[in-house]
Amino acid sequence: MGLELYLDLLSQGCRMVYIFAKKNNIPFEFKHVELFKGQPYREEFGKVNILKKVPALKDGTFTLAESTAILLYLSQKYHTPDHWYPSDLQKRAQVDEYLSWHHTNIRANAPKTLWIKVLIPLFTGQTLPSEKLQNVLKELATSLKQFEEKFLQDKPFIVGSEISLADLVAIVELMQPIGVGCDIFEDRPKLLEWRSRVEEAVGKELFQEAHKMILNIKELRNIQVDPHLKEHLAPVLMKMLK
Amino acid sequence: MVIELYLDLLSQPCRALFIFAKKNNIPFEFKHVDLLKGQHSSEEFGKVNVLKKVPALKDGDFTLAESIAILLYLSRKFNTPDHWYPSDLQKRARVDEYLSWQHTAIREKGCQVFLTKVLVPFIIGQPFLPEKFEEAIKELNSVLKQFEEKFLQDKLFIAGSEISLADLVAIVELMQPVATGYNLFEKRPKLAEWRSRVEEAVGKMLFQQAHEMIMNVENLSTTPLSPELREQLKQQLLKH
Repeated sequence: MGLELYLDLLSQGCRMVYIFAKKNNIPFEFKHVELFKGQPYREEFGKVNILKKVPALKDGTFTLAESTAILLYLSQKYHTPDHWYPSDLQKRAQVDEYLSWHHTNIRANAPKTLWIKVLIPLFTGQTLPSEKLQNVLKELATSLKQFEEKFLQDKPFIVGSEISLADLVAIVELMQPIGVGCDIFEDRPKLLEWRSRVEEAVGKELFQEAHKMILNIKELRNIQVDPHLKEHLAPVLMKMLK
Repeated sequence: MVIELYLDLLSQPCRALFIFAKKNNIPFEFKHVDLLKGQHSSEEFGKVNVLKKVPALKDGDFTLAESIAILLYLSRKFNTPDHWYPSDLQKRARVDEYLSWQHTAIREKGCQVFLTKVLVPFIIGQPFLPEKFEEAIKELNSVLKQFEEKFLQDKLFIAGSEISLADLVAIVELMQPVATGYNLFEKRPKLAEWRSRVEEAVGKMLFQQAHEMIMNVENLSTTPLSPELREQLKQQLLKH
């Protein structure tokens, strides 16, 4: 039995794993876990990841959750090119540093744009007041400022002259607001240039392919959401509506 | 030149680093950044970590933030025993998995309990809100359940039979709500046993030493804060 990756490309964590595996020609079976449909997968999927989140990996009897852990596992198992997770101690530390900071900064804010503009209306039929989005964009702006000042600086990529896992993790998260029409690259030329370099390094075709769903997210508006799922997510959404 | 670690032991990630360095006899200079005095906001510290957070490392000209990055850096540079970050691919993945998940789970919910019970009433001086505290406890309980069911299960430690960075990072975070008086180990025998094993593996004396400040945190509330500092902390903390 080969490597199985449980993915839904609407999810940032899934896109980074997908891009990384494809780019490095890592053979895997794409197990589609559709986030918005009640699928028979669900019970089976719980055995792969008890936390019931994507992405998840299954390698024989070994199962693994958390996109960062999956990326690191794949990079080591398949001996991917050094620049992804450099053997140089200090460069590697800089990748680790970004991967850690990312969780509670870029990742804390960027996804909320999708929740506010698409998912909450889809699940509850309500639209939130515009100030909610404004607040999220403000927080995101702070994170982006720190990203540019501390992590990117004047380098082509986060760690230096070559793309690494850090850039990949960052870019997929930042595509989430793009998908809902919040162009965070608009007034940030340095960030935009970095984005181009990342797309180039990954391969434009692969990048587009991975982002096709999120860039057409508005089509989700017509989707039939599984009522069970609606019920399950209601408390989460109520918290966001606060 | 010796490595400099910028720490305040009130902070969970600082404790993990302190314990790890001491346990492994890694020579370092303890640079105290007193959070309650607002020293993390100083220009001088900003040169070590522009994000103005502890912990931070300075190794010659090289500076590094984020406790996990620092732990990994030290483990590699000083070739610490394999069990801390196993070379076995699957065990290592288990450690990575926990270190990733914990940011928005154990760490986040543990911090929230500490914020509502101690930081807000005692340090910032705003009223204690019991509903907020109850909610924070509820959320913490939920992630504790996930911790036991997914990460610990019936193993001795998160990655298997030996302690790793995952257990260290977990335990220091769990001590934060404990310091507020919420004994989360009380009705969780499996978790309590794991805690004992971790303390044993780290060394009881070192564990106590690292946690002395936080376990006496309510005494610190008598330290007067300048009004500017109080306002600053209020701004930083009340985003939650």
